[in-house]
Amino acid sequence: MDKPVEDIGWTRTAIALHWGTAALIIAGFALGEYMGDLAVSPMKLKLYSYHKWLGVTVFALAVIRLAWRAFNAPPPFPQKMPSWERAAAKAAHALLYALLFAIPIIGWLGSSAHGFQTVYLGVIPIPDLLPKSKELADLLEEIHEQLNHALFLIVIAHIGAAVKHHFIDKDDILRRMLGGGGRK
Amino acid sequence: MKRLAALFLTMLIFIPGALYSAPVERDKSSISFLTRQMGVPVSGSFKRFDADVSHDPKDAGKSRASITIYMDEVDAGSDDGTVEIKRKPWFDVKNHPKAEFVSSSIKELGPGRYEVAGKMTIKGRTREVLAPVAVKKDGGLWLFEGGFTINRLDFSIGEGPWADTGTVDDKVEVRFRLLAPVEEKNNKRRLK
Repeated sequence: MDKPVEDIGWTRTAIALHWGTAALIIAGFALGEYMGDLAVSPMKLKLYSYHKWLGVTVFALAVIRLAWRAFNAPPPFPQKMPSWERAAAKAAHALLYALLFAIPIIGWLGSSAHGFQTVYLGVIPIPDLLPKSKELADLLEEIHEQLNHALFLIVIAHIGAAVKHHFIDKDDILRRMLGGGGRK
Repeated sequence: MKRLAALFLTMLIFIPGALYSAPVERDKSSISFLTRQMGVPVSGSFKRFDADVSHDPKDAGKSRASITIYMDEVDAGSDDGTVEIKRKPWFDVKNHPKAEFVSSSIKELGPGRYEVAGKMTIKGRTREVLAPVAVKKDGGLWLFEGGFTINRLDFSIGEGPWADTGTVDDKVEVRFRLLAPVEEKNNKRRLK
């Protein structure tokens, strides 16, 4: 028998970071899809900045999450979960983390290559690592976009798996991330 | 072209030696500007301009400068920006193809340091500007370096929704670096 949720669940911090990241990447993704084709306008400049600020925040949260995870072990998989599912879950989570780092970094590099520095919240300048180069900027932008499409697919799989665990396997995978009974 | 040549010839014939103007070395000279968009510094430059500068280190009062900028060859720092900045709300290049600066007075602040006052005309609006300029000899050339800050809205640069200074700051820093030949002694008289 699995132990009760309170003993083996996620920490409240981990739960908050998970849902915070989820909200930010949904907003960042939607903005990214929307803003690209807009005609140049003050609104477009604003949306690009908001998009970048969201990305910087996602990156920062990803760093915090990995650090938190290093000191607060994630709850174990349910005992009845088959090993191929465990392997798939681990791979998907590793990919999600990789993208949480890679997408903002490549977005920032692309912005630098376009000649636009990223200034977090309009106040904190983040140095440009790359010089201005149109070719490089276009390439990085393309990679940024494709990685986002990959992220989209993995997030769909992630949600699908959570729903499957809840309704078909009837385990507590989804419930323990929904919080409530999280340990401190 | 013919008219220009004729005018030039006329000048040569009727005022030989009377006009001293030192056109700047265009390849080596630059005029750039810096704006802030959502707190992000974005720089651009003017790729084509004519400038006549005459400098008398012994008598700053006799120095003068005039600059004509051809607005169609502006680079706003990005493809989108360069297209946008030429449009009506910004420089309105079609109706205002040139921007001009004409010095009105030059004051010596210290060795090699001057303060140039003059009239800046952009988009048909003229405003007084004041620019500190550092002057030194660089090879056989005078190097004039300086800058000043304008408020873009004084010149109606960025109208309509673009007048929002929360997105694009009102302040624009203009920087120039002009190199002009050091004038010959026998060529010192100027047209008043």
